Amino acid sequence: MKPIEQAKVQAKIDEFAGKDVYIHLETTNGAYASHFDEGAYNVGAFIRNAKVKYQHGKIVSTGGSYRVGLKIDLGWVYAEGVSDFEVDEKDRLLMAGHDREGRLMVALEISETPFSHEADPDE
Amino acid sequence: MSNQHVVVIFPHPDDESFGAAGTIAKFREEGIPVTYLCGTLGEMGRNMGSPVFANRETLSTFRKKELDEAAKQLDINVEYLGYRDKTIEFEPLEQMADHLKAKIESLGATTVITHYPGFAVHPDHDAMGAAVVEAVRQISPSARPDVWMHAISNGHEDQLGSPEVVFDIRPYWEKKLAAIKAHLSQVDGMMGLIQGQEEQLERLKTERFYTYTFES
Ligand SMILES: [Zn+2]
Repeated sequence: MKPIEQAKVQAKIDEFAGKDVYIHLETTNGAYASHFDEGAYNVGAFIRNAKVKYQHGKIVSTGGSYRVGLKIDLGWVYAEGVSDFEVDEKDRLLMAGHDREGRLMVALEISETPFSHEADPDE
Repeated sequence: MSNQHVVVIFPHPDDESFGAAGTIAKFREEGIPVTYLCGTLGEMGRNMGSPVFANRETLSTFRKKELDEAAKQLDINVEYLGYRDKTIEFEPLEQMADHLKAKIESLGATTVITHYPGFAVHPDHDAMGAAVVEAVRQISPSARPDVWMHAISNGHEDQLGSPEVVFDIRPYWEKKLAAIKAHLSQVDGMMGLIQGQEEQLERLKTERFYTYTFES
């Protein structure tokens, strides 16, 4: 992954608009948060392979990181804190935000094919 | 001795190295075969390498390779059980127990090492440990392997007392460290958390297990 280039990401978001796409959306502070710090809370959520069709979407800079919103017929897909992106060899748009230690805090991924449940044998 | 087979069952690639590598090395030195049944690919891990080299979609591939390398260091066999990281507690316990029982029996396990359910911090650890205990319970008493359980949670000794099995694994520390370091995407994150806490690092040099006692 590399730092988000807003125009490139916006173009990719536009490309997927109006199509059936699969979404991976996730936020986490890790399963060990309250183990290493008693005052911390474990929070997290993920949805993998939600099939949606969004009308339009936008990536907005917050100075440092970005928010992404995708408008679907009856609601929204939303992520805050993404800072890195990659369009991988399967033409999927992968976006993520990491903390100072490089740990994933949030991820939003869009793909025209379902996300896999296995390690990729090609890689 | 010739008939012994130690089967380690944890949910994530790296649990075996952090939790039991010294014990595994000790068994291997004695010529006892060790198989690691790894529940998931750790594909939902938060650590992506430092500096970051993996992403959510490539992490599982990296972690599989890392476990291969750790297994080489420890000279053990690895089999994957095919569950999904973070979701083990939502799988039906009976189905998992059936699955594990078949594996344990076909490998001829004499000792099974797993997490102590309820004292293993990560929900996958707790759920996998519970499924292992249930699997072994269903094996007839005469054929049952010993069950050794690794507890992790802070203050577990206050509730559980002292563990029955305690190994000072310092003779195998280099091997354990090499196995831990094989998990490149995870090691900086986990060691970073541990480094600040001497107590946690010292804890890695002793491996402790509680044995499960079945009622009947
Ligand atoms: Zn684990």
